[in-house]
Amino acid sequence: MHILICGGTGCRASASETIQNNLQETLKIKGLEDEVQVVMTGCFGFCEKGPIVKILPDNTFYTEVKPEDAEEIIEEHIIKGRKVMRLLYTDPEKKEVVSDSKHMNFYKKQIRIALRNCGFINPENIDEYISRDGYAALGKCLTDMTPRLVIDEIKASGLRGRGGGGFPTGLKWEFASKNKADQKYVVCNADEGDPGAFMDRSILEGDPHSVLEAMAICAYTMGATKGVIYIRAEYPLAIQRLKVAIKQAREYGLLGNDILGSGFSFDVEMRYGAGAFVCGEETALIHSMEGLRGEPTVKPPFPAESGYNGKPTNVNNVETFANIPVIINKGAAWFNKIGTEKSAGTKVFALAGKINNVGLIEVPMGTTLREVIYEIGGGIKDGKKFKAVQTGGPSGGCLTEKHLDTPIDFDNLIAVGSMMGSGGMIVMDEDDCMVSMAKFYLDFTVEESCGKCTPCRVGNKRLYELLNKITEGKGTKEDLDLLRNLSTVIKDTSLCGLGQTSPNPVLSTIENFYDEYIAHVEDHKCPAGQCKALMQYVIDPELCVGCTLCARNCPVDCIAGERKEAHVIDAASCIKCGTCMDKCKFNAISIK
Amino acid sequence: MEKMIKLIIDNKLVEVPEGTTILDAAKEIGVEIPTLCYMHLGDMGIEHKPGGCRICVVEVEGRRNLAPSCNSKCTEGMVVNTHNMRVLNARKTVLELMLSDHPFDCLVCAKSGNCDLQSIAIKLGVRELHYKGEQSTYKVDYSPSIIRDMDKCIMCRRCETMCNDVQTVGALSAVNRGFESVVAPAFEMDLEKSTCTYCGQCVAVCPTGALTEKDHTNQLIRDLADPKKIVVVQTAPAVRAALGEEFGLEPGTLVTGKMVAALRQLGFNSVFDTDFAADLTIMEEGTELLDRLKRHLDGDKDVKLPILTSCCPAWVNFFEHHFPCMKDIPSTARSPQQMFGPIAKNYLAKQMGIKREDMIVVSIMPCLAKKYECQRDEFKVDGDPDVNYSISTRELANLIKQANMDFLGLPEGEFDNPLGESTGAGVIFGTTGGVIEAAARTAYEVYTGKTLETVDFKALRGMEGIRSAKVDFDGLELNIGIAHGLGNARKLLEDIRDGKSQYHAIEIMACPGGCIGGGGQPLHHGDSSILKKRAAALYREDEGKAIRKSHENPYIIKLYEEFLGKPCSELSHKLLHTHYFDKSTDIEIE
Repeated sequence: MHILICGGTGCRASASETIQNNLQETLKIKGLEDEVQVVMTGCFGFCEKGPIVKILPDNTFYTEVKPEDAEEIIEEHIIKGRKVMRLLYTDPEKKEVVSDSKHMNFYKKQIRIALRNCGFINPENIDEYISRDGYAALGKCLTDMTPRLVIDEIKASGLRGRGGGGFPTGLKWEFASKNKADQKYVVCNADEGDPGAFMDRSILEGDPHSVLEAMAICAYTMGATKGVIYIRAEYPLAIQRLKVAIKQAREYGLLGNDILGSGFSFDVEMRYGAGAFVCGEETALIHSMEGLRGEPTVKPPFPAESGYNGKPTNVNNVETFANIPVIINKGAAWFNKIGTEKSAGTKVFALAGKINNVGLIEVPMGTTLREVIYEIGGGIKDGKKFKAVQTGGPSGGCLTEKHLDTPIDFDNLIAVGSMMGSGGMIVMDEDDCMVSMAKFYLDFTVEESCGKCTPCRVGNKRLYELLNKITEGKGTKEDLDLLRNLSTVIKDTSLCGLGQTSPNPVLSTIENFYDEYIAHVEDHKCPAGQCKALMQYVIDPELCVGCTLCARNCPVDCIAGERKEAHVIDAASCIKCGTCMDKCKFNAISIK
Repeated sequence: MEKMIKLIIDNKLVEVPEGTTILDAAKEIGVEIPTLCYMHLGDMGIEHKPGGCRICVVEVEGRRNLAPSCNSKCTEGMVVNTHNMRVLNARKTVLELMLSDHPFDCLVCAKSGNCDLQSIAIKLGVRELHYKGEQSTYKVDYSPSIIRDMDKCIMCRRCETMCNDVQTVGALSAVNRGFESVVAPAFEMDLEKSTCTYCGQCVAVCPTGALTEKDHTNQLIRDLADPKKIVVVQTAPAVRAALGEEFGLEPGTLVTGKMVAALRQLGFNSVFDTDFAADLTIMEEGTELLDRLKRHLDGDKDVKLPILTSCCPAWVNFFEHHFPCMKDIPSTARSPQQMFGPIAKNYLAKQMGIKREDMIVVSIMPCLAKKYECQRDEFKVDGDPDVNYSISTRELANLIKQANMDFLGLPEGEFDNPLGESTGAGVIFGTTGGVIEAAARTAYEVYTGKTLETVDFKALRGMEGIRSAKVDFDGLELNIGIAHGLGNARKLLEDIRDGKSQYHAIEIMACPGGCIGGGGQPLHHGDSSILKKRAAALYREDEGKAIRKSHENPYIIKLYEEFLGKPCSELSHKLLHTHYFDKSTDIEIE
């Protein structure tokens, strides 16, 4: 029997390690530690319902487990064979208990390829990886396939870069293989920088060997002998898992000299980021590796021609790599059948925001936004109304109700004014202000801009200042024209992807939520009620009894009124702290 | 055979070699695409094209976004539009963004009228700034030679390239990120506390008023206006070859006579020539060279060879910071500017019957490091500097214009004596190879006892960064090395440090081209052919002189007879020689 515990960040933060300890302790006490294995795995994805504990072989999926539940799970389920009903997932619509994740709406439409091992293996045990076809693809390439055949297979699969660019991976490998040099490099871009994104982190924490195997296969196709994983320093657990995996792979001769006796040598080293989102851009990443300032340089030349130390270098994203071994093992045709015509395979998304089932999902390309939000995501939280879904992080745009039936793929999302990005998907409801949202993303890109080119360095700052002005009620209609023109020019003239996409949140919200912008600049109102400066606290003279409680507690003394007479708030001095509303016992104060 | 490709730019067909950039291809057909951060000093092998300003963007049909023409290569069949409305809108908006983070100081800015940013703003017709907001602002950094006003920086990164890649000094680099990014010394320390050599090459290439020279014009005006002060001036050789450019003359026009006349009209009590002191330098340094050479040939193992020239203060600063272990290798002779000072304040002052404190010695220099050199403590006597301060060529030109002088209409003036007579050897000090050629002319005759048949040592001339030549001293083969640009100097120094150097004597100048390319010269705005023309002018003046060897200068001979005794005498050592300091641990971080 196996007890699998989710080791993803959400569950860890909710004491899943303690659950693991408690389970192991209890098993020891019961003398069962040799018969029941407790394994901490990678992220199961159902973060909303974590901590997750799964029992094998009967596939019981326990949710919202607490450390004190450990004893009961052992007593009832392991020893007596009776499921602990209260820990099982209840479908909110059918109100039925679902014990196997295969039947849950959250999982039904998912096809987990990149995340295939997350939640199934102990990522610190190479044997468990191998037992699930791990390193079989590398073996197949080295013994049965020429580099050319491997490239053709990856091309035929239709795999496109999962880091945001969506460039055909096979083609990228082909370019790198064509350039001759005395030294070539394979680089894994693990600098996942989108705020809140954790797709790559989950893969690295839950299945690090998949990336190592893929890098070795890539190196084989292009004639590289050295690989580098550039990983952000903010991922200490992923770094730890990779170090263990590299060590184990070396011990098994799967990294290093003459791998599997094939004559092919390849080894990997790690480099750490230093807190710069821009270093996720491949040329900036390479310069950071070279010890220079992490600033992008103009392409061409592309890294395949001249990259790290001027040598041909292939840079791919973590999730892109994670797909490679499966494509080799199951074949390009199998992979290509999944997804849409131009976007084969699946995509991992970090589903977040005002949605019931927050978590990590992997769906075939072509799944519609509606399916993701309402079926997998379980609909909008607290029964509120859907307003928008933001995809692609700071590089992406907002889509509305009318876009919900868009099948998700690279080109469709671009066609409707957004982009896939690295897989962030944030759902918004009627209480989210779209202007504020655009401002939030610009705040991020202003902070992260490297400063090399004028449009991004100064332009984004000006975009932010305009948005801020608007959320403070000082914007004008002319400002909207300025926003549009400036956004267009920044996109048109920026040196790298950061500046070329940073205005997207602005452009897509102005396009899809123009009325909301108009409300801010002409009526000086925030329809969602989020922009504090545009809110007015008002005392209803009919309900106010003049108890003076609000006036006495106001930190800026802006409430006037005699005892037993209706009080009035001076809007000009009001700092909108909300104290008066909290104190009023007569519900006389509301926000307009 | 270069492969040729055809493309269309602004509806015109152009054929260029494969690999040509759009910017260069456009030039071929007379289409000028405006640029700002782009800098190409072809003859120096310096090409700076980070593609950061985004002013040179153009539309390439089929490409999603606009392309930076300075580093986008042409392809067969490419169709380019350089000035359509999409491009104009983008270019203007980008410029507006740059200006929105720039102080409106044009009226009082040192670069007004000579500023690349101002020129582009005028050209693109910016009338209104639509995007106003926060401006990045910094404390102004005043060093003895250079003023850093980073509020005006547009992050073109030219100074960074000059300082790191060309000069290999490494005092400037981009720090911080995004809107807060700025080019500064490490930890944003003051320039004076950093390894800066004051070579001024950053000032020479800065397109705005972010990097300018410390201006001594007002001090000069006050001193000249003061009837109680005796103000004498010395002029460097490189000034006369470039000053005319500020008045519309072709680069390479010699304006020696007019320069002297202008200085006299400004009100200097005496107008002398640094070239005189250059001859003096040859006497002292040449003697030192021969002395070391003789001891080396006699088998002395302790004598230091090669001997390095030491007339360039930026170069002196460079080895004091980076190669302090070798500070006993350069010549102990001071620079001509700093030899002139003590001679003026001792020998001349006595002749004029005045105290040294009552004489103000001003120098006109192509150099910004000279401003710093004046105030080095070892060049002061009881707090009174041997040379009070230095004025750059640019500052002099401005003062002449402010004094409403018709420079071009001035008569040809003559230098005063006894410190105004110079030989052709003194004149060529201003260009790379000139100092060592001047030294060779004297050293040859003193060593061999014979007269030189040809005074020109053409093998020592040229513009390559590192040159070497063997000079025949009547049987003794003298191995001579020359470097200009501190990056090249570093290479020669590393060879010396590693024991690989075969040279007997090395001439080093910090600025590309030598002093004619100094940080205080009229701005070349990226045209390095100007430097070649200035050098040619100095060789022309040399050829035109009756006396071309320093030891034949009659006033130099008189100076030794009447005052100094002989080269490297005790008095000569006291007044005309110096020593150097280990500055490698001098960096202060606050």
